[in-house]
Amino acid sequence: MSMLGRLSVPPSVKRGEPFAVRVIVQHPMETGFRRDYEGKVIPLHIVDRLVCRYGGRDVFRATLGSGIAANPYLVFYVVATESGPLEVEWEDDKGEVGKVSADVNVG
Amino acid sequence: MRRRTFLAAAGALAAASFRARAQVVQDIRPLVDAITGGATPDEGGIDIELPQIAENGHSVPLTVRVPSPMREDDHVRAIHVIAERNPRPAVATFELGPWSGRAEVATRIRLAGTQKVTVVAALSGNRFRIARKDILVASAACLDEGSL
Amino acid sequence: MLRAFLLLLLAASLPAGASDPPRPSPLRNGSEFQSGDVRSLQADDFANPMALWVERGRRLWSEVRNGRSCAACHGDAVRAMKGVAARYPRFDPSLGRVVDLDQRIDACEQAMTGTAFASESDDLLGLSAYIALQSRGMPLKVSIDGPARKTWEAGRDLYYTRIGQLNLACTSCHDASWGKTLLAETISQGHPTGWPAYRLEWQRPGSLERRLRACFNGVRAEMPAYGSPDLVALELYLAWRAQGLPMESPAVRR
Repeated sequence: MSMLGRLSVPPSVKRGEPFAVRVIVQHPMETGFRRDYEGKVIPLHIVDRLVCRYGGRDVFRATLGSGIAANPYLVFYVVATESGPLEVEWEDDKGEVGKVSADVNVG
Repeated sequence: MRRRTFLAAAGALAAASFRARAQVVQDIRPLVDAITGGATPDEGGIDIELPQIAENGHSVPLTVRVPSPMREDDHVRAIHVIAERNPRPAVATFELGPWSGRAEVATRIRLAGTQKVTVVAALSGNRFRIARKDILVASAACLDEGSL
Repeated sequence: MLRAFLLLLLAASLPAGASDPPRPSPLRNGSEFQSGDVRSLQADDFANPMALWVERGRRLWSEVRNGRSCAACHGDAVRAMKGVAARYPRFDPSLGRVVDLDQRIDACEQAMTGTAFASESDDLLGLSAYIALQSRGMPLKVSIDGPARKTWEAGRDLYYTRIGQLNLACTSCHDASWGKTLLAETISQGHPTGWPAYRLEWQRPGSLERRLRACFNGVRAEMPAYGSPDLVALELYLAWRAQGLPMESPAVRR
């Protein structure tokens, strides 16, 4: 199964008004400071980039560090312009990507 | 350009603090300078919502709100979160614009002990704001805890 | 000799509850001993990280593996699994022993594909969370009759046995000291109603087995292996002890 994530937008939004976008991504966000049972350091492994695209443009970008909790959770706002897909895509430091999308219904 | 400089500075600061291997409060002025290009940010104008006490530093809810009309000529371009006592103080950077409508971001962060969390907001017109919030952390993250 | 035999007969004929160990009063669920933030996180069906594993479980339920699937036999999980997790652990006649929900899922998977899931794997935790969610809010009610009785007794005995370098029994903390503070945390009554749960300390979900193993380690005792009869016996006893409490799975814990 590819990197799981979940996305939530309100069921309908008003044109010109900002609406909340909620996203959560399954990722250990390994800090690189933990050790395994043999005392070996577990290497750094994090989602470091996330972008939200809507209405033909990037509407939100995040650069994340190991200070973001495991299974990164984000809430941000976007102005409703047109009905259509809203997509969130992310990439980790190993180049693995994940993507989720939802339909925005502008009333 | 500025974002890469910030990350490079954060990397250098992180390398130094990792060598020290101590959960000490660090001087974050170089990080702030990297964001502002050396300019002094205006104090306040940022609402940082954090619990007064976090029972567990592994996952602390944070909401940042920057009051702003979010117009083309007056908006928040980026929000930077810094945790002075974390082994890597640069926690995250969020890039916004007039298309955001509201300069508000919520997330969950890790805190390696009781400290001040600092937020720097970069606004259009090369303006900057800075604010800080104290938080007591009962059980620190990032320390070498058992994962049984 | 005859008197001993008659006394034995009398004891055996008493109702099961007559000499049962005490249960905490009042009964308080696990979430009551968590911080406000952890409780809000658990209650938020989107922000609760367990939702990611529930989604995984939902997909695995319908996924065809080796030409078969959970859905093919059981149908829609929301209907077929309603209330099921609230009755585990239970004696499974087809397996001839008491099993917890994860072990039952594994037995199915083994039969279906020839390979069981690995302990604490994302797939097993996903299915466990998805199935347990279908009992959320329902009262935990396990049977300790018949073939389950011996396992319950073994669990009860273990619950009251002092173990480890710290020489503590489960009852020492979870009956004698619940509500008191240990380091920075409030000691709970030790109920199993929230599992599998997302534990902030692990920064990922885990099973009740994992949590119990951590308790053994906590009193500096040797941890029973995953799948050990000691662990399932203890789980059955804990489920009996918590009976009537609503299921909270999939929960968030510190």
